[in-house]
Amino acid sequence: MRGGTTPPWVARHRQGLAWGGFALMLGLAPLLFRSGLAHAVLTQIGVAIIACLAFNILLGQGGLLSFGHAVYSGLGGFLTLHALNAVAAGRLALPVSLLPLLGGAAGLVLALPLGYLSTRRGGTAFAMITLGLGELVWALAPMLPEFFGGEGGVAGNRVVGAQPLGVSLGPQRELYYLVAGYALGCSALMHAFTRTPLGRMLEAAREQPGRVGFVGYDVRQVRWLAFMVSAFFMGVAGGLAALDFERVTADALGTLRSGNLLLFTVLGGSAVFFGPIIGAVLMVVASVLLSELAHAWLLYLGLVFMAMVMYAPGGVAGLLLANLRVAAHGLFRPLLRPYAGMLLAALPASAALALLLEMTYLRQADSGRAGRVQILGLALDTRQLAPWLIGTVVLLAGAALFEVARRRFARAWSAVQHEIAARQAATRREGAA
Amino acid sequence: MTAEASIVTLLNGLSYGLLLFMLSAGLTLVFGLMGVLNFAHASFYMLGAYLGCSVARGAGFWLALVVVPLLVALLGALFEQQVLRRTRRFGAAAELLVTFGLAIVVLEFVQLAWGRSVQDFPPPALLQGPAFTLVDAAGEGLWLKPGAAPQALCATASCTPFPATRAFMALVALLMLLLLWLLATRTRAGLVIQAALTHPQMVQALGHDVPRTFTWVFALGCGLAGLAGVVGGSTFVTEPAMAAALGPIVFVVVVVGGLGSLTGAFVASILIGLVQTLAVGIDASLADLTEAAGWAVAPQSPAWLLLRPKLSQVAPILPYLLLVAVLVVRPRGLLGRREG
Repeated sequence: MRGGTTPPWVARHRQGLAWGGFALMLGLAPLLFRSGLAHAVLTQIGVAIIACLAFNILLGQGGLLSFGHAVYSGLGGFLTLHALNAVAAGRLALPVSLLPLLGGAAGLVLALPLGYLSTRRGGTAFAMITLGLGELVWALAPMLPEFFGGEGGVAGNRVVGAQPLGVSLGPQRELYYLVAGYALGCSALMHAFTRTPLGRMLEAAREQPGRVGFVGYDVRQVRWLAFMVSAFFMGVAGGLAALDFERVTADALGTLRSGNLLLFTVLGGSAVFFGPIIGAVLMVVASVLLSELAHAWLLYLGLVFMAMVMYAPGGVAGLLLANLRVAAHGLFRPLLRPYAGMLLAALPASAALALLLEMTYLRQADSGRAGRVQILGLALDTRQLAPWLIGTVVLLAGAALFEVARRRFARAWSAVQHEIAARQAATRREGAA
Repeated sequence: MTAEASIVTLLNGLSYGLLLFMLSAGLTLVFGLMGVLNFAHASFYMLGAYLGCSVARGAGFWLALVVVPLLVALLGALFEQQVLRRTRRFGAAAELLVTFGLAIVVLEFVQLAWGRSVQDFPPPALLQGPAFTLVDAAGEGLWLKPGAAPQALCATASCTPFPATRAFMALVALLMLLLLWLLATRTRAGLVIQAALTHPQMVQALGHDVPRTFTWVFALGCGLAGLAGVVGGSTFVTEPAMAAALGPIVFVVVVVGGLGSLTGAFVASILIGLVQTLAVGIDASLADLTEAAGWAVAPQSPAWLLLRPKLSQVAPILPYLLLVAVLVVRPRGLLGRREG
């Protein structure tokens, strides 16, 4: 299948190398990026990796689209902070580093009844039920201020209790390594879960629920158990996030958080195990950095998401693997020109779109003040017609060019895919002969 | 609560339920025909409200009531043809995801174009003030006076007005219900749609363009949502949060009624409309109920937490509790015929 360039020992230890690389990356990242902001971002990425992977147990493995999964991470966060405050008050003797496991247990316990209700139906009904249950828990939060802390949420201080090995978790870097350890451990456990009989049956129930029933498995029970596993890891992620921010509010349970999880897991790629890890990195980077750069960033995110679902449902990971496959067959060269063409057409079109959207935003935001703005180093007056006209013309022309380039690329791409299929068929014939 | 206040609350609940039906009818029709759950359905409702607001400022409310639903239907048709149709090959989950993306884009677009604040979208002069007033004068019993009651009368008797916008909302919804029923049973297009619901391949084989039927039905659903937006936006409030507030309720309606069942959607809409509106007016809690039953709960006991909230406070979660109850008792919904 592969080209002859891969040494055999790499092929034999592919998995081990991937995990080693992942561990090395988690370990070295804070040494490469040393600023305080970088450490905060890295910690959030670690938490997001656990959350997105846990979400993908349902989405990728089970084919179940949950619209209310933040409920489990949120509850894990609340319970972790209550436990933290109990440790601080001396009512609980546990090291702080183990508290996220309590959060995971909270997620699991909540998933016992809610997962039972959610998995009564598969497919679209599952999505709607999880949405309804998510709204239910979220709407309950203000009614139980004793547990959810009302408007301000629940706060705590993570530097309490026993400090094994002199680790207080006070500095961001110590917390990062705790999160990184959890991320590595949870990822390994979740990967192991895909190999268990339950994980396999979950995939089978995604593809052929009817046949799984015939073989004697209860589809619903398989999904319910997987739902609880997913909720456990969501709870761990919520607990870690709570330790990171030292505060949880009801927003952590909200639909917005659930939607974000779904959006970035799909963007990263739900069909491959490591896809959600890419999604998690995108999630944190987008919400921390992109929101600083562009006003209308959520709109761009929505548009990119729609384009991804329409043209590349495998997400970033799917795109990556498809291109690596082409490269492994040594067929990347004929794609270079179509790729360059698409890029050249996309640049002016997206720049013009961004210009128009940012100008609209500025008109809306400070309609009272002068409409003169600096965008991309250009001084533009949003009250004049010219920038709007030029922007529209460039956008339309760029979009037309892009469509031409896209069709050319699609032709080149399918030619390459046919070539690969033909080669594989030839190899199979040789093997058979 | 007095008798006249109860009647008005009941009517309010009915009109709200009918508004819910305007939304859930389109959603469930599209789902029944195409198997697509349009996550952005409430976003089309919001677009209807915002476009209606702008058109009404320029050309008046009545023109907006006609033009905006057509405009929203056109947007829906474009979305179906350009986006949804291309996504179909990746399966139902991808179609759900792309409408989820659309919901984000519409929300951001609305905030970009109209701003984040609440829009001023007053109902037209004809619909301002009450449609009728219930007057309970001592000795004369309860009687109904069209329009507003004179001040002098209300000084001696108790008057409860019913807003004209609410009455108009119910009227529009009922007219739409009638038209929808006529369309489904009396026209050729309606028959094709009904046939395509159950036997799409056969309908295609008979020479009908089923994909085009999909586009028409999707546009119809969006148009209904747009109409509901114009009416609901002027009656309630036009703001960026309106889609997120109503969307989940409409989903609950569709699941409770039974996925794909129009009659079920109607029953569930009215039920949820009534439950939500009635609960807001009741200022009692479960704790009061148990106390009346002779079992007083002390504020220290853990049960107090669950029994304490007043019914008016838990009104927002009642639709979701109903959803849970229906799922436990009857997973396919009140009038649904199929599982999953």
